[in-house]
Parts: sequence; C-alpha cells; structure tokens
Amino acid sequence: MADLTPMVRFDRVHKRYRHGASSRDALTNLSFDIAPGEMVFLTGRSGAGKSSVLKLIGLIERPTRGQVLVNGRNTGTLALRHVPAFRRQVGMVFQDHRLLTERSIYDNVALPLVVAHTPLREIDKRVRAALDQVGLLDRIRALPLELSVGEQQRVGIARAVVSKPPLLIADEPTGNLDPQLSREVMTLFRRFSEVGVTVIVASHDMALVRESGLREIVLQEGRLAGSEPSLDLPPLTAQR
Amino acid sequence: MNWFVRHLQALLFALGRLARAPFATSFTVLVIALAITLPALFALMVGSLRDTTGELARSVSISVFFKRDVALDRVRQLADGVRERAGVATVTVIPADEALDTFRKDSGFGTAVDALTENPLPHALDVRPAEDAATPSDLEALQRHLETWPEVDLVQADAEWVRRLDAILDLARRLLLGTAALLAVGVVAVIGNTVRLEILNRRAEIEITKLVGGSNAFVRRPFLYAGALYGALGALLALVLTLTVRFLLAEPIGRLAASYGSDFTLLLPTLPQCGAVLGGAAFLGLAGAWISAGRHLRTVAPRA
Repeated sequence: MADLTPMVRFDRVHKRYRHGASSRDALTNLSFDIAPGEMVFLTGRSGAGKSSVLKLIGLIERPTRGQVLVNGRNTGTLALRHVPAFRRQVGMVFQDHRLLTERSIYDNVALPLVVAHTPLREIDKRVRAALDQVGLLDRIRALPLELSVGEQQRVGIARAVVSKPPLLIADEPTGNLDPQLSREVMTLFRRFSEVGVTVIVASHDMALVRESGLREIVLQEGRLAGSEPSLDLPPLTAQR
Repeated sequence: MNWFVRHLQALLFALGRLARAPFATSFTVLVIALAITLPALFALMVGSLRDTTGELARSVSISVFFKRDVALDRVRQLADGVRERAGVATVTVIPADEALDTFRKDSGFGTAVDALTENPLPHALDVRPAEDAATPSDLEALQRHLETWPEVDLVQADAEWVRRLDAILDLARRLLLGTAALLAVGVVAVIGNTVRLEILNRRAEIEITKLVGGSNAFVRRPFLYAGALYGALGALLALVLTLTVRFLLAEPIGRLAASYGSDFTLLLPTLPQCGAVLGGAAFLGLAGAWISAGRHLRTVAPRA
C-alpha cells in the first residue's frame, strides 16, 4: 500500500510579518498538500508569497497561524534544538546560490555533511557523487567565483542534494540563468524527483513551468489562486 | 565523525582563520600579551621580594631572659621543651657566664665588668622560629607562650619590622591581585570584541551554515577555539616579554641590591607558573569568546 502521508501539508496557514508598528500579511489561509516524490511549481507574481511558503517549509520562518507539516512534523511546534536536524532533511537552492566564496567547490558541497558529522570518507564519496551528478567533478578544487553563474547554481544544487534529503526546495533557481541553462537545471530537478525526492520550485518563469507539464500551486496575494490536484491524499483533518 | 575529529577540525579551522589574518591576529595577541606581561612582572617582583624577606625572617629571634634564681639545668630542661614545639627552628641556651664573657669582649666595658662582684646577667634562651612560622602572628603566639613560664622574667621579640614588611608585601599582593583581575577583564573584553567582529565579518557564512543544518554548537565551536588560541598566544608572547624584561633588569637590579649589601635577584618564572599563565589566559580567551559568541550568534538567523 502506498504511503499517502503528504511530504508537505499547509493547513490554513497564515503568515504575518511585523516591522516595528507596521505589519504585512504574506500568506492568508493557505492550504495545500504535496505528495512524497512529487515535483511541483510555486508560481505567482512578485510578493505573491512564494518565498514565504519556502521559508515556512525550510523553517526559516514559522507560521503565525495554522499548521505546516513537513514529512509529518509540525514545524510550528518544533523545539529550537531540533531545528538544525530538521533543516538537514530539507535541501535548499537559492537564486543567488548562497555559496561560501572563500571555500572550494568541494568544501561548499561538503558543508551539509560536515555539519551532520558524517565520516570523512563518506563525505568524500558523496561530494564527488553529487558533483558528478551536476557535471562539475572536474572543478572540485575551484572557488565559486571562478565558475560561471550556471555552474555556481549547479554547485548550489549539488550542496542541496548531497545529504540525500527527502525534500528539495528551490527559490527562483533559474532567475539568473539563460533558457538553455534553466532547462538543464530543471532536468536535474526532475532526475531527483524520479528517484523519490520531493521537489518544490518557486518560479515566475511561466514558459519553463508550462513546458514541464508539472503541477502548479498558484499564489495570488498570499492566497491559493489555483492548484491542479495531483494525488489522492486523505483529507486534512484525517491526519491530525 | 567522532568527538575528537570534530574538535580537531574546529581547532584547525580556527588556526587557519587566525593565520589568514596575520596583522589583525598579531595586533590582538600583542594587546593580550601586554595585559598579561604587566601583572606577570609584578608577580615576579613580589615573589622575589617574598623570597628575600623569607631569608630575613629566618634571622628573627626571640630572647627569653630567666629570673636570676633559676638554675641552668632548669633552663636547659625548658629549652628542650620549647624545641618540641611546632614552628620552632632552633633554641640556643645562653648561660649567664657565657653572656657576661661575650659582653666583656664585645661591649668595650671589659674593665668595668671585671669590677663587678657578681654576674648581673641571667641565663637566657635564643629562640628562632621556623621559616614557615615567622609571621607576626606566629611570633606573637610564641612570645605569649614563653611568657607563661613562671621562671621567665622577660621575653623580647623585635617583630615590628617583620610586621611592617608583612604589611607591605600584603599590600603588594593585593595590588597584584587587583591589577591582574582588572587586566583579566580587559583580556576577556578584547577577545570578546575580536570574536564579535569576526562573527559580523562572517555573518553570511554563518547564515549559510545554519541554513544547511549547522547547529549553534557547530557554528560556535571555531570561535571558542579562536578565543582560547588568542589567549594562549598572548600568554606565550607575554612570557617571552617577561623573560626578556627580567633578563634586561637582572644585572642592574643585582648591582643596586649589592650596593645595599643584599643578594636580591629577580626570580625566573617556574614551569608550573608558566603553565598556569598559559592555561589561565586560554581560559580567559575561551570565556570571552563564549560570552561574545553566545550573545552575537543568536542575532545571526538564516534568511532565504
């Protein structure tokens, strides 16, 4: 019997950011599910709430109201001391790559394994495998700034998948790439999805999204504007 | 990855960071070294004075004069008794005849003494306290004990100068402790501020490390090692500076002391003392880094 527990569940999630006396609602009453192994796109205009959704999944933010369940864990109630271990289960890819510019490609990709206290031999094996997957094994000792933008993005992807997380989130990963490189990055994501990794990509590149034929979660001013049903998941209340 | 490897990595990483910024590292280490050198030299000076005054304390004695009708055998008996007492180094019996002979030879009143029909001097004891029992309070306690003997006429102990010397050394010791405590706070503050700046410089790196699942302990560890290394390196330089100053001052101080008939010399720090300075400074560095990292790392939260 298939595991029907969603990898990501948003249940009437509300997110409000406060800046001193003022506040702004980024997400309002947002509910959706993403199944394990599924690859979905989060789309919407700038400010629609795509990044907020990813921040809540990656536990960079917590919901103001409602529940965010990731792999069955309620992120809103997770103790601070468990946050690092939680984040190791979520690979993150950013538009600006977020690489350590003074460290080699190898060190950048190894970082999630180092913080998880993985044995050195295992680190070496997995870093090489991850760089091989993104086609950068020959640049292992290079510094990030010696690479092209596309290569830097691939290093970011290798870092995100090196610890074999069950969930990969990417915030505008093709924002700085040309169409050809964008397609290459998407091909990589699909490959990870095919081996069971849940992939959530926030993008406003509608051509790329439509070309993929994958499910879209469309956001508009922090609300769900549309989502194609993908899997037959049990109702939200049944799993609480 | 075991505990040892994790800490070794953090140590090597901290060493690498320090080595990559030689100017900033040298400057911080120099400030710490100067803060340690001052009390270290002061401590050497106080220790040397204490050593010298210990020699002087050994020359302190208590004179016990007996009533004139007390027999010499009884005096010897009492002398044997006081020898058994803790804190007494030597007891010398000075018979009245011997005392008179000495007085006749040394006083210059030989002919006048010969004119005496009987010896006016009593038998006496010269009691010298042990080195570790020559404090003013020890001397007073011994004096009070000797005064309780019914055979004793007078007990004289010139302990005033010992009391003064002790007070001066006590003041010097307190000044040393006060200075050392203030400078220790200074070392903690310098290292804390250095670590704070380092955290600000590496904000992006810390954010990324936390984003990929680095715990606070993982992020903090290299900073703690850096703090301890700053302290230890500062102490090492301070020891070199202290030994250099000691070497430069040894000869002129020796000459000055000799002109006063003293063999006073500045002591060299012992190996345990050097170890204590190194360990203490490393601990202060660790404390400064711990306080600073604990406070400032909390403000570095990952953002996407």
